[in-house]
Amino acid sequence: MHELSIATSLIEAAQEEAVKHRAAGVTAVHLRLGALSGVAKDALLFSYGLAAEGTLLQGSQLIIEEVPVMVFCAACRERRPIRSLQSFCCATCDAPATAVVQGRELEVVALEINQEVGQ
Amino acid sequence: MSTEPRLVEVRRNVLKQNDIIAGELRQRFRAAGVYTVSLVSSPGSGKTAFLEKTLSLVGARYRVAALVGDLATENDAVRLRRSQAEVRQITTGTVCHLDATMVRGALDGWDLEELDFLFIENVGNLVCPSSYDLGEELRLVLLSVTEGEDKPLKYATIFNSADVAVITKIDLAAAVEFDWKAALANIHSVRPNMQVLRVSAKTGEGLDQWQRLLEARLG
Repeated sequence: MHELSIATSLIEAAQEEAVKHRAAGVTAVHLRLGALSGVAKDALLFSYGLAAEGTLLQGSQLIIEEVPVMVFCAACRERRPIRSLQSFCCATCDAPATAVVQGRELEVVALEINQEVGQ
Repeated sequence: MSTEPRLVEVRRNVLKQNDIIAGELRQRFRAAGVYTVSLVSSPGSGKTAFLEKTLSLVGARYRVAALVGDLATENDAVRLRRSQAEVRQITTGTVCHLDATMVRGALDGWDLEELDFLFIENVGNLVCPSSYDLGEELRLVLLSVTEGEDKPLKYATIFNSADVAVITKIDLAAAVEFDWKAALANIHSVRPNMQVLRVSAKTGEGLDQWQRLLEARLG
């Protein structure tokens, strides 16, 4: 289980971005999590609270958008989903899929912050 | 001073720091002409035995070195040094994987120009190492015949992140009634077209093909 390491990196990344935006506090972090990222959603949610303690992100919510794998199918000449991680082929024509175009994401995409305004 | 709630869009890879360091390592390896191979597998699949043979075999003609990751002990490094290759142990404590910073730290003081091949043995684990780029050119995933043919299906992500699969301990295949057809089908089901090597560190079978693959990569 490496989700605590991931959560720590996630907190560091989000905190840096929050500081850049002059956040007084962060209420939520939006994350895109690819099916091939190697990170388990539940374990990450569990670790997040621990990693956030004592930081600007303490008490914030982690909102995860799960991103399915998409490949470029050479047979269909289209972006396609795959059957499953266990059956890594085009969901439309069953051709073996090798060109992954989506699904490795582990990416902070937005922060909900309380921003300092005025004097 | 008052505050107001706001949604700000950012686009930030969580492992950006690791990826930056891994990218720098890859550039260093290429500039120095070192071909870097990482090995991942579950504990007990024969990574160290395979690496020991590899260091002896490839080390007879090329300059080789290895980094070995483990939670604790220097045992693997001691064992691998019998091959005469330079070996450094990375002990991770409780961390279940290597990351690029650990690799960079372990290289401290090494002249990469003096090497042709560098091998990085990850901590025995088929889950966590898949997320971390180490700057390697080639990632091997090892699977021993004693582990069962369906491992690729259970650990699809790591098989999908690796370049070559190595089936180890093939001298035991008959004894455990290893189903080759099922194993290959499973590997190719999670990673179509994946190259598969079959080796026995004990008898030496298949190591010649592995050596040829490495030599071809050196260019």
